[in-house]
Amino acid sequence: MKALVWHGKEDIRCEEVPDPRIEEPRDAIIKVTSCAICGSDLHLYNGFVPFMKSGDIMGHECMGEVVEVGPEAKGKLKVGERVVIPFTIICGECEQCRRGNFSVCETTNRNKDLAAKAFGRTTAGLFGYTHLTGGYPGGQAEYLRVPYADRTHIKVPDGLSDEQVLFLSDILPTGWQAAVQCDIQPTDTVAIWGCGPVGQMAIRSAVLLGARQVIAIDRIPERLDMAKAGGAVTINFEEESVVERIEELTKGKGPEKCIDAVGLEAHATATLDSMYDRVKQAMMLESDRAHVLREMMYLCRPAGTLSIPGVYGGLIDKIPFGAVMNKGLTIRTGQTHVNRWTDDLLRRIEQGQIDPTFVITHRVRLEDGPAMYETFRDKKDACVKVVMTP
Amino acid sequence: MRSETARTRRGHAGTQTATLARGLGVFSIALGLAELLAPRTLTRSLGMEGQERLVQAYGVREIATGVGLLAARDPTPWVWGRVGGDVLDLATLATGLEGDNPRTPHIGIALAAVAGVTALDLYCAKALSGDGSQPRLPLRDYSSRSGFPRHPDAMRGVARDADIPRDFRTPEALRPWT
Repeated sequence: MKALVWHGKEDIRCEEVPDPRIEEPRDAIIKVTSCAICGSDLHLYNGFVPFMKSGDIMGHECMGEVVEVGPEAKGKLKVGERVVIPFTIICGECEQCRRGNFSVCETTNRNKDLAAKAFGRTTAGLFGYTHLTGGYPGGQAEYLRVPYADRTHIKVPDGLSDEQVLFLSDILPTGWQAAVQCDIQPTDTVAIWGCGPVGQMAIRSAVLLGARQVIAIDRIPERLDMAKAGGAVTINFEEESVVERIEELTKGKGPEKCIDAVGLEAHATATLDSMYDRVKQAMMLESDRAHVLREMMYLCRPAGTLSIPGVYGGLIDKIPFGAVMNKGLTIRTGQTHVNRWTDDLLRRIEQGQIDPTFVITHRVRLEDGPAMYETFRDKKDACVKVVMTP
Repeated sequence: MRSETARTRRGHAGTQTATLARGLGVFSIALGLAELLAPRTLTRSLGMEGQERLVQAYGVREIATGVGLLAARDPTPWVWGRVGGDVLDLATLATGLEGDNPRTPHIGIALAAVAGVTALDLYCAKALSGDGSQPRLPLRDYSSRSGFPRHPDAMRGVARDADIPRDFRTPEALRPWT
């Protein structure tokens, strides 16, 4: 089959690889009908995430049709059913899964020891990501083996197109969880750093959950336009001061809730801390650039909440934890517990409350995927979200 | 209508040129640190004893340029700054050829190395300067992509019925303050 294969920094190729097969009784194989490139795939593309191996198949946002089911998944899945595959692989049985903390499933990471060395404890297995999270082949391919498939799926009701439901695999529940983590009240201002796909979903989620005001921060004009269309007041940080503008919009009190939808590759420039991060990262003395975290910690209203769906991989430096402690801020973060939210979100899509297709700007064949990584990374051609069909 | 360069997104140099510029930034910092921390070793090997302070000053210049290259959104002026620094380095090294310097062969090697780096800096600076002169393409209009069936104001709070799990709620004691 064809698949997008990682070979190193900025080196992703569309290649022929062996077809996946059932390896465990709970497995299923799906024929991928749609897949997408996620912002966190760019961290792999840019070489910021350790423990990738040449030959790894990329992709953790995909959906398709079930073509083969292992004996222990047969009660839950049938050949021919359409399913979205969440990026987190879950067993549904461990203590964390029973609590709904699916992204820290204790069972599915097949490199638990490696994860425990890096993070202290294991986290869930993820598709198409680092070997720290199991090194499972991803869904930017013609076929995908789904481990623990009896639990790791979202069934698609008739009448919904691929594009309407594809983002249930990651960015929609990720933006939703980012907003839910804020426990939004009708009086809240929610400031969201980053207007990429997750930021866009977080904006819509914050509006739907009733935030009085949503502020969106980015530097790419068309992304800011899209944020504004979703109901946000926008700040272009290359044209105006984020601090001054947020002070003005919150009458000097700061936002009650702040969301970091940027993560480890913050593009801030011309600030002292961003210069420091760039130099340290280039000298391999720091893995992540934490400008957004610092700005949120500084700007957030006392007793407020910082919600961090943006991906961080390792070590950060010069974090103003005195501000966090003295202002009594709550920090909520984590990979998304996808299946915890998807029933509700699927209902909202069916009811027409939200149409996630608004974010799609590029539709291409899988073979064109490697070039689209660069287009997406460099925001060329006004790219916000790429959907591929094998 | 706004526009952008054809080859690159505004604010982003072409990938290979940007990588070269970053590489030059790291090289600048490494060389600057060597000049700052071990000036005597350098002057001795070039037969230019007594110039330690000058070498350290050049080290500070190299570090500043390197930081600028790595941190700036647009590295172009910093790379041109490196070209200027290269000319200064070449001129300074040339003074070592005067008189009966026993280390003249070392000076020759250093001159060749700096000339090579100068060529690389010039190539990078010209490539970066060229990026901005490409024809521009229009940006797309996403101002109607709300994702909502109605105006966002009409959608505000539609999902207040969402069952927020207890473990995701703000602690009761903090509620009056948020």
